[in-house]
Amino acid sequence: MSKGREAILALADGRIFRGRAFGAVGETVGEAVFNTAMTGYQEVLTDPSYKGQLVCMTYPEIGNVGINAEDAESRRVYVEGFIVKEYWERPSNWRSEMALGKYLEEAGVVGIEGIDTRALVRHLRTRGAQEAVISSVDLDAESLVRKAKASPGLIGRDLVKEVTSAEAYDWDFGDWKLGRGHVRMSHEAMRDAPTIVALDYGIKLNILRRLVATGFRVKVIPAASSAEQILAHNPDGIFLSNGPGDPAALPYAYRAIAGVLGKKPVFGICLGHQLIGLALGGKTYKLAFGHHGANHPVMDLRTRRVEITAQNHGFAVDDESLRRRAKLSHLNLNDNTVEGLQGTGVPFFSVQYHPEASPGPHDSSYLFARFKKLVEAFPRYGAEALDRILAAEASAQ
Amino acid sequence: MPLRKDLKSVLLIGSGPIVIGQACEFDYSGTQAIKALREEGLRLILVNSNPATIMTDPDLADRTYIEPMTLAVLTKIIERERPDAILPTVGGQTALNLAIELAEAGVLDRFKCELIGAKLGAIKKAEDRDLFKQAMLKIGLEVPRSAIARSAADGERVLGELGIPVIIRPSRTLGGTGGSIARELDDYRAKVAHGLEQSPSHEVLIEQSVEGWKEFELEVMRDTADNVVIICSIENLDPMGVHTGDSITVAPAQTLTDKEYQIMRDAAIRIIREIGVDTGGSNIQFAIEPRTGRMVVIEMNPRVSRSSALASKATGFPIAKIAARLAVGYRLDEIPNDITRMTPSCFEPTIDYVVTKIPRFTFEKFRGAADELGPQMKSVGEAMAIGRTFKESLQKALRSLEIGSHGLESGLSKPPSAHAAVQIRAQVATASSHRLYHLADALRLGITRAEVYQLSKIDPWFIDAVAELVAEEKRIAREPLGASYFREFKPMGFSDRRIAELRGIDEAAVASARREAGVTPVFKSVDTCGAEFEAFTPYLYSTYEGEDEAPPTARKKVIILGGGPNRIGQGIEFDYCCVHASMALKEGGFETIMVNCNPETVSTDYDISDRLYFEPLTFEDVMAIAEREKPFGVIVQFGGQTPLKLALPLARAGVPILGTSPDAIDRAEDRERFNAMVTRLGLRQPEGVLARGLEDAIAGASKVGYPVLIRPSYVLGGRAMEVIPNEEELRRYVTQALQASERHPLLIDRYLQGAIEVDVDAIADGETVVIGGIMEHVEHAGIHSGDSACAIPPTTLSAAIQQELIAQTKMLARELGVIGLINIQYAIYGGEVFILEVNPRASRTIPFVSKAIGVPLAKYAALVMAGKKLSEIGFTTQRVPTHVAVKESVFPFGRFPGVDTILGPEMKSTGEVMGIDTTFAMAFAKAELAAASNLPDGGLVFISVRDEDKRYLEPIARGLAAMGFDLIATRGTANHIRNLGFKCERVNKVLEGSPHIVDAMKDGRVAMVVNTPDASGTRDSFSIRRTALELRLPYFTTMAGAKAAVEGIFALKHEPFEVRALQDYHRA
Repeated sequence: MSKGREAILALADGRIFRGRAFGAVGETVGEAVFNTAMTGYQEVLTDPSYKGQLVCMTYPEIGNVGINAEDAESRRVYVEGFIVKEYWERPSNWRSEMALGKYLEEAGVVGIEGIDTRALVRHLRTRGAQEAVISSVDLDAESLVRKAKASPGLIGRDLVKEVTSAEAYDWDFGDWKLGRGHVRMSHEAMRDAPTIVALDYGIKLNILRRLVATGFRVKVIPAASSAEQILAHNPDGIFLSNGPGDPAALPYAYRAIAGVLGKKPVFGICLGHQLIGLALGGKTYKLAFGHHGANHPVMDLRTRRVEITAQNHGFAVDDESLRRRAKLSHLNLNDNTVEGLQGTGVPFFSVQYHPEASPGPHDSSYLFARFKKLVEAFPRYGAEALDRILAAEASAQ
Repeated sequence: MPLRKDLKSVLLIGSGPIVIGQACEFDYSGTQAIKALREEGLRLILVNSNPATIMTDPDLADRTYIEPMTLAVLTKIIERERPDAILPTVGGQTALNLAIELAEAGVLDRFKCELIGAKLGAIKKAEDRDLFKQAMLKIGLEVPRSAIARSAADGERVLGELGIPVIIRPSRTLGGTGGSIARELDDYRAKVAHGLEQSPSHEVLIEQSVEGWKEFELEVMRDTADNVVIICSIENLDPMGVHTGDSITVAPAQTLTDKEYQIMRDAAIRIIREIGVDTGGSNIQFAIEPRTGRMVVIEMNPRVSRSSALASKATGFPIAKIAARLAVGYRLDEIPNDITRMTPSCFEPTIDYVVTKIPRFTFEKFRGAADELGPQMKSVGEAMAIGRTFKESLQKALRSLEIGSHGLESGLSKPPSAHAAVQIRAQVATASSHRLYHLADALRLGITRAEVYQLSKIDPWFIDAVAELVAEEKRIAREPLGASYFREFKPMGFSDRRIAELRGIDEAAVASARREAGVTPVFKSVDTCGAEFEAFTPYLYSTYEGEDEAPPTARKKVIILGGGPNRIGQGIEFDYCCVHASMALKEGGFETIMVNCNPETVSTDYDISDRLYFEPLTFEDVMAIAEREKPFGVIVQFGGQTPLKLALPLARAGVPILGTSPDAIDRAEDRERFNAMVTRLGLRQPEGVLARGLEDAIAGASKVGYPVLIRPSYVLGGRAMEVIPNEEELRRYVTQALQASERHPLLIDRYLQGAIEVDVDAIADGETVVIGGIMEHVEHAGIHSGDSACAIPPTTLSAAIQQELIAQTKMLARELGVIGLINIQYAIYGGEVFILEVNPRASRTIPFVSKAIGVPLAKYAALVMAGKKLSEIGFTTQRVPTHVAVKESVFPFGRFPGVDTILGPEMKSTGEVMGIDTTFAMAFAKAELAAASNLPDGGLVFISVRDEDKRYLEPIARGLAAMGFDLIATRGTANHIRNLGFKCERVNKVLEGSPHIVDAMKDGRVAMVVNTPDASGTRDSFSIRRTALELRLPYFTTMAGAKAAVEGIFALKHEPFEVRALQDYHRA
């Protein structure tokens, strides 16, 4: 293994980790968080929800499978910095096109390897996620701690504007299939499909692929679209995407959502889910160190079935603040936080976790089919559409 | 759904004796299941013929039947105990097969007994290869193209369809028994025929070979609410073509992207649902074509398996315990995660370290067996290691194996010979127990990684890791030993010993330089969650990193050193002792600390001891623990040879050793010190000499007189020990032995032919010595004690002899200052007692004796070692049972084609069973039955014995004739039997031409074989013994065994066959 130059990770509370640089040489600042998924580092790197964050992978061997064009969740790397125990320069996988280090270098993203990542995770678990700096240019630990302390943090910051698409665009690629890549939908197949608009707060490509594979025509529109602008597309349904940072910092977004709820069927994921909570007049709060991984048990409170879910969020919806405005549909079994909401008399549902997976398990992909049914049922049943669908699902079991 | 209210009692079927493919992992799983279900208030009935297990401890289940595991016996137990349900999924293939038999025989319906965990339909769908294939195709998954053959003609038809190469797998056999790859036409036909013979259902699956593909396994759990979780992914370093039990495996999978992993995960979930396993764990194997990622399903085990044990230890998720709870109604989300306490078990563990398992082989024990790996499992044990990186865990696993390896040692001469590269290429291309070392040598010789991959098909990622380790060797040898040196190389897993080797210095010098530099390991927890939540169970491993997260407590501690990987001669019995020590000392108020590296064991369950260090049992690794824990003492005498070897070095390093002193252990092991002691005490042992060359050996042998017992002085466990009848054989042996090792002298002892061998186990506290049991061997002295059948109480020894044995045992225990256990082997010859061997430690027989007499000897011994007196414990007099317990051994010969089944001074058995009843004859018959040696009740018995055994023929012939058996023998034996006045058919020896005895056996005419070969004629009789083995005929290679069998058959014919729980035997 090539011995990289020295690098330091400094946390705002003064804790220092010394390791070696990989990826780009330089310095980066962000909130240090950890992800417990054992696969999918490329998807993590390219997930726009990680904007503003330095991500530590708890699995120690990273880089093993390299990087390929198919596994990106967006067009670029969004993490601010990458922290691993051992970086593998030589990937081994039939789909690999490039080494991870080269990929980060080209993306200008600073990485650090060779640190006691478990100690870092234990530190973040007990002290909470916090601002940190990775540097391979400034090796003065005190200076780095000062820089970390000076960093603004995530609370109250609008990171969505840094990751959303400036223009609206159509999307027509479906699921990834081994040997065939991402399957593009034919115009024939899409002709009669319902149309939805997807608000791009930093949308992961796999959400778009899953929506298309489910049978939607998808138009992606910028995050700052107003209710009128959204409705002007005359969509059959509205999808609210994932995205980075603090939902409370996005009043334009949740106000727009408040303006469309009830008028069209709505499905929200992650930040989209939190924004629905805020649109309903509820509150959100910051978790100590968030949920970032692919093994979180979530119970569907109606079926009592447990889904193993992919998660990536630092904020959550406060259950108490939503009394009678929405129904709690899914619960996190690790810490009893809100994982899903559904409208009472309003045709929407949302989940905090990632049914599109990528990376992570596919247990929750039924939610896309549910959205399709909701969109189809809405013109006929209106406000009752969701209840009718859920009743039909229950009787089918 | 919580606990089912309609279940009150559950019968758990164990896995029987330890055999290749089914080892102590099922003691681990069964023990967990029993504990979990008893905590739920259920009445637990256990049947297992293996006395060496923890699960058969009488205080674990409510009712413990150590009885033969056959349909008839199980039926009797069910009739007697009337369990509401049977849990067949934690006792390996044995339990699953019995469950199928019970269901198909209507026994379950008759007694309204339900199968829980997996129903008959699901078991059959998973186990029947054709049904399984159909099920996979139905859910859109690929399987290797295959066809079933039930005859040679079928085989020809399949050949037309699939071509070659193919894998031939007999249906329903353990651990792939009989499985093989056919690459040529003749080979194909022979292997199909062999496979048909091996399969209990006379059926083989012939399968397109996916040799060289990447191999993966997933451990899957499902509950009654259809929640499914993946506990662990495992990647095999050895590609397809090597049985997974024989492969080096790594957890989690290393070379899959998330997309590819999720394809496999989705498939696993669909498979467990389609097969219909209701609850509990299953293991599913997949193969992936390395260039395209095409995935095929290989097989599924609808039960807890060896891989489940590995996955449990690798992740901290107790699969068997949870599986048992799920089987009685709980859902995964209703069961808390023991380790985090706050989160439920309905999740998928994530790990932040790498786990490597390496199998342990014993090819050297079986002359004629080739060290080549294939679809049939051959390993007898395994070691697992945990490291923060793959390189660290790999090197820790290598030194955990205890094969004299402390890293990737080179086998190349210096400088490498001209042919080295040619030879190495061939070795890398062939899967063997040492391929990883050859791979490293190939890289050292400059063979490219790409070529190494082409030759081995081992994924380049693993080859790269080895290459990185090899690449550092030059710097390790040269650079100065300072803090930065150790901080760089220790995290890669290089042991002090390996560093010392590379530098040509002493291990101690490296260790002290490292300590001076202040570089010591830190300890991290296995916590199921990658540190996301706090862990409450101290399940620890070492690494070289920043933070130590498990500072020792201030309590008074005892460290128990476990036995390491199973091997022939050291297995589950020692784990039993270690676990008992931990339980007893925990109750005695100590903090108990277990150190072991065998993932199949109960001792490495994180709730057995207060702390578990999953670490190699080397001096360096154990010292690191002892230095930080500063224990009150370390127990080395319970884990077999592995920890015993560490006793002296640890004591020298100032670590307090509990119980018998290391010096006393040395006095018993060192030949000269031992002789001096025996002489001083006025006791007798067979005459012996040390010889240092051929002439010396010939002179020595004629001095003590033929036959002699000979062995190299440096080996343990009877390794390479032989009985030599004459000078010609002596020359052969000495020439071979001297080639193997020039430096070590040979030990030549007088062989007491026909002597009765006796084992005595005793416990001593420094003042009092109490006999645990006197075991009379069935086979005469000269057969390794681990391979002999034996009985408690003795069957033929006079009271005077027994008194003498007791007196000598007490004398030796006092002389050695034994505190703890002692085992002594004696020979009774000409009415006199000879000492063969003294072992001041726990012996292999401790669990058997404990169960025979109903006293937990290992527990008492642990308390004694910690300072208690036997009088305080209340065990001061020998307990002689009124019933008889017989131990019989079980052998792996079926796994090693071309290997003779004859017994000798070198141990070859892998496991044991116990028969218990009121008479010796019935107890012996039960033991035979339990060992799958089905004593016939009539028919033709073939007898062929060497001249010196003819004097023992009379009672055997008389007994058989009286019971209506017909006899058949080769000329010499037939004449002798006729002269004794019994009818006897004569048959040709094989060398005399057809129709000969092997023809008669293959024609199905023979029901039992008695064959004692003389050393010179073994080649002729070899085919008789192999044929008996393959036809599963009961065969006896000693006269004593044959005589006991005749008595056993008589008992079976004339006494009622009754089953009785251990608790009833010991209640009196």
